[in-house]
This record gives sequence, structure tokens and C-alpha cells, in this order.
Amino acid sequence: MGALQSSPGQPEYIDLAEKTGFSFEQIGVLHKRFKQLSHNETTLRRDHFNEIPDLACNPIRAQIIEAFFDRRNYRQNGEGTVDEIGFEEFLVVMSHFRPPSLNMTDEQRESVRKEKLRFLFNMHDTDNDGTITLEEYRHVVEELLSRSGALGKETAKSIADAAMLEVASISMGHMEPDEFYEGITFEHFLKLLAGFEIESKMNIRFLNMDTTTLCK
Amino acid sequence: MAVLRLTRSSSGPRLTEFICVLLLVLVSVASASRDVVPGSNETWGNPARATQDDPHHQTNSTGHKKAFPVLSFHYEEVKKPLEISLWILLALLMKLGFHIIPRVSNVVPESCLLIFVGLLVGGIIKAIGGEAPGLDAKLFFYYLLPPIILDAGYFLPIRPFTENLGTILVFAVVGTLWNAFFIGGMMYGVVDLLSCLLFGSIISAVDPVAVLAVFEEIHINELLHILVFGESLLNDAVTVVLYHLFKEFAHAGTVTVADAFLGVVCFFVVSLGGIMVGAIYGILGAFTSRFTAHTRVIEPLFVFLYSYMAYLSAEVFHLSGIMSLIACGVVMRPYVEANISHKSYTTIKYFLKMWSSVSETLIFIFLGVSTVAGPHAWNWTFVIVTVILCLVSRVLGVIGLTYIINKFRIVKLTKKDQFIVAYGGLRGAIAFSLGFLLTDSDMKNLFLTAIITVIFFTVFVQGMTIRPLVELLAVKKKKESKGSINEEIHTQFLDHLLTGIEDICGHYGHHHWKDKLNRFNKAYVKRWLIRGERSTEPQLISFYNKMEMKQAMMLVESGSAAKLPTIVSSVSMQNIQTKGPARRRAIPSISKSREEEIRKILRANLQKTRQRLRSYSRHDLLIDPFEDVSEVRFRKQRVEMERRVSFNSDCDMSHYLTVPAKSQETPPVRKVCFESEHQIYTYDDSESPRGSAQASRPHPSSPDAVSLLDESPQRPSQRGALRTRGDAEVRAKAPDDKEEQDQLKLSRCLSDPGPKKDEEEDGSFLS
Repeated sequence: MGALQSSPGQPEYIDLAEKTGFSFEQIGVLHKRFKQLSHNETTLRRDHFNEIPDLACNPIRAQIIEAFFDRRNYRQNGEGTVDEIGFEEFLVVMSHFRPPSLNMTDEQRESVRKEKLRFLFNMHDTDNDGTITLEEYRHVVEELLSRSGALGKETAKSIADAAMLEVASISMGHMEPDEFYEGITFEHFLKLLAGFEIESKMNIRFLNMDTTTLCK
Repeated sequence: MAVLRLTRSSSGPRLTEFICVLLLVLVSVASASRDVVPGSNETWGNPARATQDDPHHQTNSTGHKKAFPVLSFHYEEVKKPLEISLWILLALLMKLGFHIIPRVSNVVPESCLLIFVGLLVGGIIKAIGGEAPGLDAKLFFYYLLPPIILDAGYFLPIRPFTENLGTILVFAVVGTLWNAFFIGGMMYGVVDLLSCLLFGSIISAVDPVAVLAVFEEIHINELLHILVFGESLLNDAVTVVLYHLFKEFAHAGTVTVADAFLGVVCFFVVSLGGIMVGAIYGILGAFTSRFTAHTRVIEPLFVFLYSYMAYLSAEVFHLSGIMSLIACGVVMRPYVEANISHKSYTTIKYFLKMWSSVSETLIFIFLGVSTVAGPHAWNWTFVIVTVILCLVSRVLGVIGLTYIINKFRIVKLTKKDQFIVAYGGLRGAIAFSLGFLLTDSDMKNLFLTAIITVIFFTVFVQGMTIRPLVELLAVKKKKESKGSINEEIHTQFLDHLLTGIEDICGHYGHHHWKDKLNRFNKAYVKRWLIRGERSTEPQLISFYNKMEMKQAMMLVESGSAAKLPTIVSSVSMQNIQTKGPARRRAIPSISKSREEEIRKILRANLQKTRQRLRSYSRHDLLIDPFEDVSEVRFRKQRVEMERRVSFNSDCDMSHYLTVPAKSQETPPVRKVCFESEHQIYTYDDSESPRGSAQASRPHPSSPDAVSLLDESPQRPSQRGALRTRGDAEVRAKAPDDKEEQDQLKLSRCLSDPGPKKDEEEDGSFLS
């Protein structure tokens, strides 16, 4: 994406709006936020994210930030990570959190679900091999409990083990004692969170009004 | 309850049931009619006394000594408690009876049947000529209503409630106001405006008792349930304000703008004051429960009494008692549950369910009886217009408000949802009691009749038809949640993720404030209100412990040989752990004789190990480890474990996954278990010095051997992880050119706090 224009014109936005589904006002607001975060540069880097003070007390901060730099989330079937992102990538990642519109067919709803679950899956699967191994899952639970000190670590292991056991039971049913469950694939992940209604939960409200002046 | 009876298809039990019930009805009728009869007895008795010596009279005025009464009848002394007990018994037997007849209870909701029974009993009493007891407003508001509301408030599902709070408030406040003014305004012409508005305000409120009674049986999805139910709870403030406002001014005759303004102010005072009163009592209750460790038996009483006090205190000031009760239950619950014992929790749950069930039953029966008893002023037009207006205003209100609300909601309400919300606006006993409290007698009967008609219509017609309609419209039903740990993990994860994204986006939304509240709660409030180390326990861990506890109890209850209902597969930990063969590493080769020596040593140690270890497994209980299943024990174990873990780290022993702390590059050690048997080891303090000695030993080149060496110091820390579930303790994967058996022995041996010389030998062989 080329240089950001100081007064964003409609043609730029039309393209982005089509790609991500945001409205023009929302894109304008997010653009302003992007410029605020990147100190008016054209790209964002990880340390820009680390500067956000509200994010500091979030236990899964690292994973959230990583998600922005993960090429699997750019909807271009890419892989690997990048070190800096432009506004378009920022917007594409944000679009995963757009609520589904009211009149959607069941298939569209299903595809929105899959997309959001794919995002979550990518967040867990840090080594890009397509499965969430026990190690990775343990890491997830540990991060969630990272504020509980040493106690958290031991319990995190057990919790992750129990969770993995559950996934294996749901997906595989019966396993021989010497069979081995490789890890959670995307299909198993879908099956696991089938009742979770993620398309209604994984949404944030993108305002059309600009409130960035009030926030840090 | 009556499930066992259903299997018997004979009519025998049913007949005895009916006879029993009939008997009870007759006795209660007789007791009620006693009110009339003793009055006349007295008048007859007095002149009789003067004329003849009645040997059954207790007076000695004539000086005649009468025989000592061996058996006498003193009904008057026990009349009141006896009658109350008989009514409650009747109500419960009715409830029992309905569940025996499955055909009827599938079609007709319980509330309808109970009203019908009330009508019957009232009819019988009236036929006999007695005075049927009406639904006394004081009895209703102070004794029958609070248990139901407390049960609802204490077990209110917080997450959906807070997520939909905006919608619920709009429906409760704006919807009720709209209903009241629409009905009152449309009725203008029958009576003066203010009386109409008063009537409108009474009839407009959706009733929580009726909603609970009907919705509980249809099991619709959580969103709709919480919308209608939340609305019925929160509209109490509006009802209270409107009722008092119009009651005051119905006599005055006019309402000025100043009065209207005061009314608005009053609304805020009533609702916020009620909530505050409830919250204060809730915090008091939570604080009290912190100290009840030694008097567990009275813990439930504190919960009940503080909540009841909250309700009564709010009623003293004419604040909203219902909102106070709800606030008290909601505030108290998380802290109290962290403090009280499991048995107290069960007690609270079952007492609340029991009381609310009895209350509900009694309310509906009394409603039926009052219908027969009360004076009626039947006015066809008034009644019919009221019913139609109620329906129309509800539908219009819901549609209009949903249109506005959907602009602000992420998950919009569909037409089906709107229909259910509108159709679920049932009126109930609260409207009736408020009408009963009116003192203006000529209007009162007219209003009462209309109110009763509306109640009957909504409960009978809407209550009966809502279930087939739900089926017809294919409304989403409540999903059976099995307490999945994965869903809990992801709920937490999603919370943090959405908060993070909101922070990145730059606007403070719903999640941001929720997160802030949680952090405040954790940092300050929990410390004060929760006893001991549980105050710092994160939610995921509490959830996990609860699940563990549940499964442990299920296991104990179902017996050791039975399969756990949740585990439908034979997947166990070994299937999940990575296997050694996938990661081949170079290992040092050993001579055959050396191998034999090692085997002998291992075998010898294994026997000693076996004797010392208590073992259990999830799949077959060998020794019963659940002899003292109690949270105290779990917590003690966890505290011990924490102590050991920190102690271990002091001794420079690495944890499982903290690789960076050590200098060598051992990958995280994978372990595999060979059978489903798992072992708890008794911790042996003596080996920590050994451990540190081990750690300082020079490490051989082979990474695998190194990992084996690392195992022994690490094992004590694992041992501390006393888990009373069946999950595998992960073991080291030994080099794969050894046989499985050896590996088994090796790992067991290494885990054993055996005599020093063996480990030294192991060490020397490996280096």
C-alpha cells in the first residue's frame, strides 16, 4: 500500500470497504487510530503495540500482538510472520471482529463462524504446522493464568491436559492405548467449539464516531 | 419424585392418591368452615351452661367436681398452625399428583392446574358455607414472594444478564411505562383519568412468578429467557413508583408538572436505593461468611436472613424490595460461595428451591380460591377491553422498542424473538395483590375482576399455548451445557482478546469496563470478603476445581467399576502425550552384563517402591483415595505443592518447562505413561539435598540421558502435584533401544526416593 494520504480519499476507502466490510466512517476512525499508534508513520511495528498502556495488563498481550503480524490472518493464504504492517493489514485483522449482519443466510453465517474460529486457531497454533499440540495448548493456558505465579504453572499443565483429553475424546472417540493423538486440527477445533456460538461472541462494536481522542 | 411411580401403570396408586387428596380437601374445608361454626357454638354453649351441667365444659362455676377428661378435643389452640400446614400439604400433594399423570402435565402448565385446584377448593368451601381465605396481600408480599425472588436472584445467570442489561432495562422501564399509559389512557371514559392510570400501572407489569412458572417448563434459549425474566424483575421499580404516585393523586384529583417531575426523581430513588440497600446487605453477608469456618451449620441461615433483611429494609422505605433482593443475592453469591462448605452450598440451593416451589404453588392455589371468594363486579366491556388492550399494548411496545434496541445491539433480535418476548408477558399475582391493596371500594371490585380475568387469560391461554408455539416456530432451545473445560478456557481467552482489541482500537467499550471491574474486584474486594488463599484464585482454576470435584464425586457415587458417564471413549493421557519414537536421539550403548545388573537393581527397588506408594487410577480404584474427599484436603495439598514448588526452585531445580533457567538446552521433557494407573507419591524431604547434588553433576553428552538425569530432581516437584484425578503423571521417555519393561522399571525407579547408592550407580553408568 502506498503512502497514506493526509486527507483520505474515497477511492482508497472503497477498496478497503469492499475487502473488509467496514463502513467509510469506521475506516476513517480506524485510520486515525492507526496514525495515532504509529506516530504518523506508514507502518506499525510490535513496539508500537507495546506502547499502548491499557494493553500492558492483559495476560495474552503477546499473542494478540502476534496475531496482527501473522500472515495467515491476512486472508491471502500466506504464512509466516512479518515485522511491520500497513493500514490495510491492520484493517483486515480488525475485520475478523466485525459482527455478522442481520440478514445472512445460514451458509454465510457458517463461513463467518469458520473465519473467526480460524483466527483463534491461528492464535493458538504458533508454529504454523496446522495442529495445536499439547505444548502449545499448555502455553495458552499458562498465559491465561500467568498472573498466579508458580501455582498457576502446575495447575495450568493439568488444566491443559484435561482439556486436551476432552478434545481427543470428542474428536476421536475410541483410541487404542498405543495410538497417539497428534494435536488439535482445525476440524477438531470446529467440532470442539461447535456449541460456543462464536459468531455472536467474538465481536466488538466498531463505532462510527471518533472516540480516539479520549483514549490513550 | 414421581418418576418411579410412572412405571407402574396400574390405577391403584392413582386411586389412593385421589382418596388421600379428597380426604385432605375435606379436612381443610372443614377447618376453614370451623371459622363459622365455633362462633355459633359459643352462643349456644353459654345458655346451655346455665341450664344443665355439661360434663365436657371445663368451668367449675357450679362447684360440681367433674371427671378428669381423658381425651378431649382442643382444636382452637392449634388451629392456626394446623391450617397453615394443611394448606401447604394440600398444595404439595397437588403438585405430586400432577406429575403422576404425565399426559396432563405435558399439555397444561403446572400453574394452570394449580389455579384450577384453587378454584375447586374455593368452590367447595363456598358450597359448604364457610369463608374462603383470600390472598392476603401482607401474606403475599412478606412471606410468599421473597423466597421466589431470592431463588431467582441468587441463581441469576450473571453473564447473559449483564450482556443484555441495556435491552432488559429498556423493556422494563420504557416498556412498562408505555403499557401503563397506553392502557390507562385508552380506558379513559370509564372512570376518571387518574383511576385509569392507576389501573394501568397495576396491570402493566410482567409478573416474575408467572414467567418463571411457565418459562421453566419450555426450556427456551438463554437469551430469550433472560430477556423476559430480567424484564419481569426489573420492572418492579417502575410499578412501585407508578402505583404509589397514582394512588396518592387519585384522591387529590390532579397531577401537576411538579408532581410528574417528583415522580421521575422518585423512580431513580426507588430503583437505585433498592439496589444500594441490597448491595450493602450482600456485602455484609459476604463478610460474615468469611468467619463461619467453625460454625458451618448456620452458614445457610446467614444467606437467607441477610437477604430477607434486605427485602424488608427496602420495603420500610417503599423502595423496590425485589430489586433489593436481587442485588443482595447477586452481590453476595461469588464471595459466599468461595467461603462456605460444599454442604452449605447444597443446603442453600435446595432450601431456596424448596421454598420457592412451595410459595409458587401456594400463590397459584390462593389465586384460585380468591377468585371464588372475592366480591366481583362483572362489567363485560371493561373486562374485554382490558384484555384486548393488554395484548395490543404489549405487542406494540415490544415491536417498537426492539426496532430502537436493534440499532444498538450486536446480536439483533429476530422477529421470532420479538414474538416470544411479547407473548411471554404474563401477568400474575403481584398485579392481583396490588389491586387488593386498593382501599377505594367501588372501583376496587371492578378493577379486581378485570385483573383476575387478565391473569387467567395470560396464564391459561398464553401459558398453555406457548409450548406448542415454541415448537412450531422452532425457537432455539436451551443447550445442555456439560461444563466443558475447553469452552471455559475459550470464554476467558475471548474475554481477554476482545478487551485487548478494544484497547488497540482505541475506544472503551463493554469489555474494557468489564475487565476493569474484574481487576478492581480481584485487587481489593476479594481480599476483604474471601477467606484464605482462595481470594487470589483465578476463575479458570475455580472452574477447573469445581469440575474435578464433580467428577470425583460422580466417581465415588457410581462405584469404582462403573464407567464415568462423561468419558465415552477410551482416550487417556497416553494418547495425547508425544511418543518417544518420533524423536529419536542418540544414546550411549551399554554392555549386556551391565544391563543385567541394572535390571536386578531396578527390580529390587521396584518392590520397595510398590510397598510405599499409594496408588489409584481413574478406571479402577484399587485403594480408595476418596476416603477424605474434601476441599480442605485438596487445598491443603495444593498449598503443600506450592510450598514444594517454591522450595524446589530455591534448590535450583528447574520446573518442567522453565528451560531458560538451566544452562543446557534440554528440550521440554516428554513423558509417556504405560498404563492407566497413576500414582501419588508420598513426598520425601530427604531427597532435596540429593537433588542438588545431582544437578551439579557433569552432564553427559547425550541429551536423552541428560533428560533422564534431570528427571529425578524434577520428580519431587511433580510429586507435589497431587492430583486426585486419573490423569497421567508424565514420565520420561527412556531411550528406545531398551525394552518397554525396562523403561517402566527405570522410570518407576527414578521416581522412587530410593537409597542413595542406587542413584549414584545410575549416575555413574550414565556418565
